[in-house]
Amino acid sequence: MSLKLGVPSKGRLMDKTFAWFADRGVALRRTGSDREYAGAVDGVDGVDLVLLSAGEIPRELAAGRIHMGVTGTDMVRERIADWQDHVRELAPMGFGHADLVIAVPDFWVDVDGLDDLDAVAAAFRREHGFRLRIATKYHRLVREFLREAGVADYQLVDSQGATEGTVKNLTAEAIADITSTGETLRANHLRILSDGLVHQSQATLFRGRRDNWSDEMRSSYTALMAALGQDG
Amino acid sequence: MASKADIRTQAQALLARFQMAGAEVVEADILQPADILLDLYGEDMRARAFVTADPLRGEMMLRPDFTVPVVRMHMDGGEAPARYAYMGEVFRKQEHEVGRPAEYLQAGFEIFDKGDPAEADAEVFALFTEMLAPLGLRAATGDIGILRAAVQGLSTTDRRKAALMRHIWRPRRFRAMFDRFAGRVPQPEARAELVRQVDAQGLATLMEQRAPAIGLRSVAEVESRVAVLRHDMAAPPIPAAQAEVLDHILDLRETSENALEHLRDAAVDLPSLAEAVARVERRMEALAARGIDMARLDFEVTYGRTNMEYYDGFVFGFYAEGHPDLPPIATGGRFDALTRELGQGAECPAVGGVIRPALMLAVTEGAT
Repeated sequence: MSLKLGVPSKGRLMDKTFAWFADRGVALRRTGSDREYAGAVDGVDGVDLVLLSAGEIPRELAAGRIHMGVTGTDMVRERIADWQDHVRELAPMGFGHADLVIAVPDFWVDVDGLDDLDAVAAAFRREHGFRLRIATKYHRLVREFLREAGVADYQLVDSQGATEGTVKNLTAEAIADITSTGETLRANHLRILSDGLVHQSQATLFRGRRDNWSDEMRSSYTALMAALGQDG
Repeated sequence: MASKADIRTQAQALLARFQMAGAEVVEADILQPADILLDLYGEDMRARAFVTADPLRGEMMLRPDFTVPVVRMHMDGGEAPARYAYMGEVFRKQEHEVGRPAEYLQAGFEIFDKGDPAEADAEVFALFTEMLAPLGLRAATGDIGILRAAVQGLSTTDRRKAALMRHIWRPRRFRAMFDRFAGRVPQPEARAELVRQVDAQGLATLMEQRAPAIGLRSVAEVESRVAVLRHDMAAPPIPAAQAEVLDHILDLRETSENALEHLRDAAVDLPSLAEAVARVERRMEALAARGIDMARLDFEVTYGRTNMEYYDGFVFGFYAEGHPDLPPIATGGRFDALTRELGQGAECPAVGGVIRPALMLAVTEGAT
């Protein structure tokens, strides 16, 4: 089997991934029509390009169906339990920067950090009879972060999009979402907690476990890493 | 590894022994309503229990323990004293690969009785000691009630006490708050700044500048918390002598006899401890009367503090010293507060514990 490299199938993330490899002398290209998700790697033998959704790359890497992949560190930490046992970070790629943060309504002048959020959660539960709701799609990362911080009396409510609107729409009291400039948060009258940075993510080249790799795959991997100037 | 059939046979033997001790055998549904457990344990429970969805009943959880359903059953059925025994699978999601099973058999025994708590504590512990004796385990004991009583007795505001009580099971959070309340670390600068701004501009203006007031948490709730913060900043620190007593008991780990001496000394400096210490003493007498050696039994004030959330008094665990990789073979304790929480106004003092038959077999296999 050849070595399969998974990269995001559309948008800026795909363009920047292609550019990052091109800068290092490895040409990734799409083959077939514009709409067909097929691709090729030029310059290194035995490497297949697989185009897929960035969100699915962690799962495919962990399952060994692709062997290398480009995705955000946030996706890997969110979607793979004990991620260090399953994938390895080879190279941060310097784009796709996004911070996963916890934000609350700006007018909560009494809330600066997680300490305050915890105290507010207790009071909110007494007042309203249910646990303070935090809207997010990053359940694992946020839960682990809040557990470390010792925040109690909250609940996570799932929000797969337009998360910044949930507070105004009364479906959550706070949010945990990714932001790069904070613009959308401000526009929705939300403010990041002073110690509310859960994770700083960027696009990163990963590889999966090598246990079942053939000799050919190993040599393709070595050749690709050499071409990329990495000593993985 | 023992076979599943062997483990079940072992579990049935445990159940039979609990019946001999006067327990009525009860069952619990495997699918439990998730909301009750989540409200009780918090969102963290999702990381530890299997949550599934029923189209009509909503979120359900695969039984992560028997105690909660057994308490609910007892509290629904009136206040008569009772002894229950149960046996069956519990399910625990593993987010980290440490080789722990996701489902395993438990056999458990619980006493609900408004009579002498020291006697009931001693009865459960002595029964477990006897049942586990062939395995040569080390027993650990503690009493969450000591820490609770210490917090209640601090010379500080009720709000500070309530905040400490709320985090009694989260040692790091508890410590951070305690150090702040004791004046060992300064108040957060952001709070001092908030008070300065409120004084300079008024709270209404401050919130106005950050309008609109979105969400369910109202302006009134923010105002009321700002008042709480101001009040708290003006409160004097917990006296150093009391803080030292708390430090001391948090570190206390001794044989039961020696621990009792230390606790008596602590109660001189912090008289609110007296009642809880007297309870410990009565329990030790009851245990000694049942043949447990108080010169050898370990007692640790904070035992069970991080992972036995619903226990609020006596706590215990049995460990296989030759198997540091194994979790405790048996655990238990007193859970009066849980009966209050689930009893909708009623409460019934209760104590009990569980044994994991597979771990018993793992220990005996290891020994042969």
